[in-house]
Amino acid sequence: MRAPEPAFFELRNVRCAFGGLVAVDDLSFALEQNSIVALIGPNGAGKSTVFNLITGIYRATSGTVSFGGRSLAKLGTHQIAALGIARTFQNIRLFAFMSALDNVMTGRHARMQASLADSLLHTPRQRREERRVRERARELLRFVGLERSAGDDAHNLSYGSQRRLEIARALASSPTLLLLDEPAAGMNPREKDDLIALVERIRASGVTIVLVEHDMKLVMGLCERVTVLDQGRKIAEGTPAHVRADPRVIEAYLGASDP
Amino acid sequence: MDVFLQQVVNGLSLGAIYALIALGYTMVYGVVELINFAHGDVYTLGSFFSLAILAALGVSGELHGAALLGVVVVTVLAAMLLCGIVGVLIERLAYRRLRNAPRLAPLITAIGMSFILENVMQLWRGPSPVPFPPVIPNPGVTLGGVTVTTKEGLAIVLALGLMVALQLFIANSKLGKAMRATAQDREAAQLMGINVNTTIAATFLIGSALAGAAGFVSGVYYGTTWFFNGFQAGLKAFTAAVLGGIGNIAGAMLGGFSIGLIEAIATQYIPAGAQWSNVVVFSVLVLVLIFRPSGLLGEALPDKV
Repeated sequence: MRAPEPAFFELRNVRCAFGGLVAVDDLSFALEQNSIVALIGPNGAGKSTVFNLITGIYRATSGTVSFGGRSLAKLGTHQIAALGIARTFQNIRLFAFMSALDNVMTGRHARMQASLADSLLHTPRQRREERRVRERARELLRFVGLERSAGDDAHNLSYGSQRRLEIARALASSPTLLLLDEPAAGMNPREKDDLIALVERIRASGVTIVLVEHDMKLVMGLCERVTVLDQGRKIAEGTPAHVRADPRVIEAYLGASDP
Repeated sequence: MDVFLQQVVNGLSLGAIYALIALGYTMVYGVVELINFAHGDVYTLGSFFSLAILAALGVSGELHGAALLGVVVVTVLAAMLLCGIVGVLIERLAYRRLRNAPRLAPLITAIGMSFILENVMQLWRGPSPVPFPPVIPNPGVTLGGVTVTTKEGLAIVLALGLMVALQLFIANSKLGKAMRATAQDREAAQLMGINVNTTIAATFLIGSALAGAAGFVSGVYYGTTWFFNGFQAGLKAFTAAVLGGIGNIAGAMLGGFSIGLIEAIATQYIPAGAQWSNVVVFSVLVLVLIFRPSGLLGEALPDKV
């Protein structure tokens, strides 16, 4: 008898409460490797809380979060990042006063070997690594179409460019699971098309992607499965077509925004 | 004119000491938004450690040539290392648990830490000023009526060298980027895989090590040290950090040299200037806080979180 293969990523009966306020309640879902999944729901449904739970910013009050069969409960945020989970933010959180290139290089931190002593003494080992990481960061900037902005401070970039820079920074850690928090917010239709192409290229490189997004067209076009949250609970799950037809979803979400 | 230029030289060497201390205030503030009031005492500790190291090396008078260079290098490095360790311990024991506490709690703790260090030093070397061995021969170079003594040269060169190294380190190393990232957004930094605890400890290590170097320089420069030195020097260096823009590294250097110059020139040109120089320096602090609260090089950053 073989034990069943652990899920690539799994939330099981997760509850997250802040005092009396229950942000996420009894939430379970699993991700298959290299899938693209959307997490949708009206404002306040708990979508961003789920991202914060996965990355260790918040701790589950009960239930388990596991990645490759390993529980994340006891790990610090930086250790979870080092396991290969990266994210972007709904309200962009770049290092505003660092160049685009330095932002991406910082994203590589978890994968860098240089010790404290290497850093302080500026050893050849550290210099070689810096050079390699700089090269890789330039490749990533090219990948998201920002190679010309490498030297610009992040806060001087346009909104759409900042969103793409966040993606490049997240990719710098070579994640296997990428969490995108409303990546299309504030983008015009053309930028959204570019974003869809970019996300598909990222998936093609082997990364599993979870997307929180309000733009239904984008979700429906990009994702194989959709999980719908309302008031911290999962109310539906399935293919986009299936979810779209679910009366509870229409009531909670689609009906409200698309009468 | 010669007198003025001479005061500029004095001011720059004095400013080099303030600048080295100011860097520690500004780095720690930049990363954890704490005014580390114990920092001035770490600087005094640097001069006390230097005394102990010189005694251990059996040095009590002037040295020349290779022996001088060797002793200076060993003493400075050892004082930096010891002060760096003390800084890390202070952060670990006194500040880390209070990192998410209201701002006032770590501030009061820092003042308490300052008293502890002062009293420990008083127990160690007594309440009176302690002479510092005149390791460095005094004659210097005279250029058109202005004399730069070896000590002054050492203060300026050592400070500038350390500052350049620091700038390169912050700009080009993994840890330097981690420090900048932690300063700008601690949570996002963690999500990049940055261990914030290590990064903050490294900030204290480097800041305190620079204060240790300043402690050695001041011992050589003044020929004496005292357990209470760090109180005033710390306040002036803090003024320098605020003048330059707290949290801004280039600002701390600029502020340090400016405060040194202001102090030297006020001492020369104001009647009974030696007594008034502190008044002038702290008036500068008040004026900066009123008219340019973000400092000379500081940007008006939006409050974090």
